[in-house]
Amino acid sequence: MQRHSALVRATHWIHAASFIALVLSGIAILLAYPRMHWGKTGTVGMPSLFDLPLPFVLDLGIRGPGRYLHFLAAWVTLFTGLVYLISELHTRHVRKDLLPRRSDLGLQSIRKLVLNHLRFRRPTEEEAQTYNLLQRLSYLGVVFVLLPFMFVSGFAMSPAIVSVFPIVETMFGGRQTARTLHFFAADLLVLFLVVHVAMVILSGFVKRCRAMITGYATPRKARS
Amino acid sequence: MNDKVSRRKIITTGLAAVAGVSGLGVAATIADRYGLLAPDHQGVCGVGEALTYGAQRLLMASHSLAREFGRSEISKVHPVNHEHPDYDPYKRLLYGKFADWRLYVDGMVARPAAFSLDGLKRMPFRSQITELACEEGWSYIAEWTGVQLSYILNLVGASAKAKWVVLYPFNDFWGSIDMPEALHPQTLLAFGMNGEDLTADHGAPVRLRIPRQLGYKNLKFLARISVVDSLKNVGDGNGSAAPEIGYSWYGGI
Repeated sequence: MQRHSALVRATHWIHAASFIALVLSGIAILLAYPRMHWGKTGTVGMPSLFDLPLPFVLDLGIRGPGRYLHFLAAWVTLFTGLVYLISELHTRHVRKDLLPRRSDLGLQSIRKLVLNHLRFRRPTEEEAQTYNLLQRLSYLGVVFVLLPFMFVSGFAMSPAIVSVFPIVETMFGGRQTARTLHFFAADLLVLFLVVHVAMVILSGFVKRCRAMITGYATPRKARS
Repeated sequence: MNDKVSRRKIITTGLAAVAGVSGLGVAATIADRYGLLAPDHQGVCGVGEALTYGAQRLLMASHSLAREFGRSEISKVHPVNHEHPDYDPYKRLLYGKFADWRLYVDGMVARPAAFSLDGLKRMPFRSQITELACEEGWSYIAEWTGVQLSYILNLVGASAKAKWVVLYPFNDFWGSIDMPEALHPQTLLAFGMNGEDLTADHGAPVRLRIPRQLGYKNLKFLARISVVDSLKNVGDGNGSAAPEIGYSWYGGI
């Protein structure tokens, strides 16, 4: 049985690359001013919300190229994301594989799922055929909450976009709040990546990678 | 997998790639004609820059205005991240309170001119309380007072064919802006800040103030302005000193 469609596989790896680029370039930008504020304004000499335990890196020459890369990768993420969304809404991938199933929502099955995770019990081959509730909720959260939030909070830091749509900034209460929340949402996405990769390793790295590259969890010989 | 299908696939993919590349070429030509192509659009990251500038320039075709704030929202701290040039001609002018300073305006203009600071201050001016956001991440709000660049361009009779305004300061950080930004009502040649003369470290005698772009596009210590229809022969052709040190020419984000 085909595990992932060609479109899911292609967009998955493009997103993997553009996400790594966004994280690395985001860090390069953040290091210029690793200090978070709340509200409209914030500079050295104003009270901060918190200071990250990181150095102020100003003279390394990573920020300019980092900014170029950040926005290039954002465009790649946007275009790939739109292709993914339009086609997957069309093929009902979202409804079929990502929206929680009615049977998942019973207290019993949630209890069993959480306990299995806490005991680090690997899923059975049958269970691994589809996404469980926690997977569904995380994927939905990433695709429909966190990624759109990254774009909106990023837009709030663009003086040009804010001049056209002031609401993008005012709904956050100010540019610095948007920057701080952009940082927190990015942290959540990185956390997702770490857990995602950990789960792939725990549940069979080769098999899962093969499924996301060829589309099938089993080698071709075994299939025929 | 069947060999015939894979060959057909290779041919269609190849054709699609050729169509895509030539499509990009056509798109670039059209974008350039309508003033949607950033000067630093070449190279790998230039694709992102071209998309960002093109998209934001289209969005701003609505003549959007940067947010203006109330007097009570003016920040108490106004950091300086680049001090005034340590350059004798500039320091001499600073010492003389810029009495001998002139802003030279040349290029595609009917009447090239040199304006004194007093001359600029006698022109109709505008004060606006806006946010200055540095690409590093910090930002503050202040009131800037100055002459609209559009007023100056009108005074010298800038050609309708001109597309860019190049700005030369007393340091090496020259830059340029497109004509829509230059003619924007909030684009000022600012000589005052928070009710006082601009201090040297904040860009005296005159700095560019374009609140729809990030701090580094708001060039300080201006000496000369040149109106041109092409940036190809200005500097290395990327529109400003910023790309030379790895920064994008466009500062709307």
